[in-house]
Amino acid sequence: MSTAKQPFHFVTASYVTRISDQKATNLSELCQGLDNSSDASVFYHTFQSLSRHHFLTEGFSNDFAQWVLAACNRPQLAEQLAALDIRDYLSLAELRGDLRRIVAEYCQANPQHAEQTAFEPFFFCEGMEVTVPLGLEAWTLEDFRGGLERLSHASFYYHFIASRLRLQLRTNDFSLWLSTSMGLNGLAQRANRIDIYTNTLESARDILVSLVKEELSR
Amino acid sequence: MTTTMPLPRLIRLDDYAPVLGSGEVAELRALASRLQGRTVEMVNSTAVGGGVAEILSRLVPILQELGLAVRWDVITGGNDFFEITKAFHNALHGGPYGMPPASFEIFLAYNEQNRARLQLDAEFTVIHDPQPVALIEARRNRSGHWIWRCHIDLSQPNPTVWSFLEPYVIRYDGAIFSSPEFSRQLPIPQYLFYPCIDPLAEKNRELEPELIRATLERFGIDPQRTILTQISRFDRLKDPVGVVRAYQGVKRYLDCQLVLAGGGAADDPEGGAVLEEVRQAAGGDPDIHLLELPPWSALEINALQRGSTIIIQKSLREGFGLTVTEALWKKKPVVASAVGGIPTQVIHKHTGMLAHSVEGAAYQIRFLLSNPATAARLGEQGHEHVREHFLITSNVKRYLTLFLRLLCP
Repeated sequence: MSTAKQPFHFVTASYVTRISDQKATNLSELCQGLDNSSDASVFYHTFQSLSRHHFLTEGFSNDFAQWVLAACNRPQLAEQLAALDIRDYLSLAELRGDLRRIVAEYCQANPQHAEQTAFEPFFFCEGMEVTVPLGLEAWTLEDFRGGLERLSHASFYYHFIASRLRLQLRTNDFSLWLSTSMGLNGLAQRANRIDIYTNTLESARDILVSLVKEELSR
Repeated sequence: MTTTMPLPRLIRLDDYAPVLGSGEVAELRALASRLQGRTVEMVNSTAVGGGVAEILSRLVPILQELGLAVRWDVITGGNDFFEITKAFHNALHGGPYGMPPASFEIFLAYNEQNRARLQLDAEFTVIHDPQPVALIEARRNRSGHWIWRCHIDLSQPNPTVWSFLEPYVIRYDGAIFSSPEFSRQLPIPQYLFYPCIDPLAEKNRELEPELIRATLERFGIDPQRTILTQISRFDRLKDPVGVVRAYQGVKRYLDCQLVLAGGGAADDPEGGAVLEEVRQAAGGDPDIHLLELPPWSALEINALQRGSTIIIQKSLREGFGLTVTEALWKKKPVVASAVGGIPTQVIHKHTGMLAHSVEGAAYQIRFLLSNPATAARLGEQGHEHVREHFLITSNVKRYLTLFLRLLCP
């Protein structure tokens, strides 16, 4: 069994939610909020939302889209916001820019809806991260499989989803390690193609474990 | 003879592993590893009874088992103090404040007495609710980290009471609220900690089907037929008459029974009047079961919830609505009003159905009864939602994370 050039260190991340002073009571205020809110807030309502609601695998992708649909009853705008795939973004500034542009264009095209009071306000929050090593490391693919099976949702989320921003690459911690430390480019690519929108964190992890097992049985 | 699932005499962290997964428990240990021996003091106003004491009675032992040196202190006071704090409580929910100006002095005098009695020298001091808020006076030279945990809705407080309390609140390092809607604009950081339930508590643990059936039969409810249930005090804000109307809207098309179970009628004059209004609305329908339950009915409530087909929470106003959390945890499809903390729990069409009227509630109930696969999916997703966010272990994780953030901002 081949040994990695560098071990994979399993880490977990935990978040405490901070309530910001900003809120939006209509689409126009949402647009302003997107301008003024912190990166931590954009992260919370997009990347982290996917983790918080990972068990919902249909029709829920980020907090902005959900609020626009449920509180403003604007399904067309909600669909546009929901269609933003966080995997396409390497920076929160870029993601914020697209969110803001979509809302602004909708408000411009539909001024009669921009100021309509939502059924309930949107409260901007921020996720404050703490990372802690789990004391688990993998030198081989077998170690890696064992580690994956013991991960919490938060840890899997940290390595598989949140890592994309940290790495500033269109990949994740697992795929990066499989490719650069184990030389398993094919497995790395297959792992990176697991759809985080249509899977729960648990089912995404199960798929990854199956892919690793397949590789091990070759 | 009926039996219940065995309940461990002393619940340990590992007992949560079958509920959460061993990875989640390992994660709590990993987070706590950096807080070994750190001192924490939790202070509230009651040792038993009430949601805060219930949460602390589980939170404190778990944090201790994780290696933190946690102390839980309860402040003391005379009847005059607790009359004032009860008036504060109602006023902070937006009601009038009718106590004399001297009440503020009495409040502070009791806080001062407790300040002299309590140690209040921990690295992390968490003061729960307004009753002990002035203990912040014990802090010297900004030592330690002081957090105010507010369990009540401060969205529309009485200005007299809030202007008295606010100068104390803003001296803390941060405040914790149960929902963004309940928070205030404050110059200190505000954190979001949802209220929580304990999955291993009497009210929430798994029950044998036989016990559930026997409990329903004891109350004259037919376990074989559809059961719609609302668990709530007999209080107008819980709209029990509206629930009866919604049930009647369903019953025109589908066979069902209605259970309205709760306390508040025996010891509250208004509760008795509300119960009478509900009786009149029920009009002698034998399929409507009005159950007045004493406060020690956790097991019965658990069985009623588990035995129900659909759980209703048609409140006109609500705090967080932990009865909804309990129902979701039991994988029950929920039809509830979009008020207070309910929309945080019931994500419409994902973890339950929201309604805004009697007619809407009746329609959503009929829809779920006619689409059992959808009802089951909502129940499953509701259970996962609670597992992720509203269990005592999530609360433990939030405290650990907050303490770590305070140590290394």
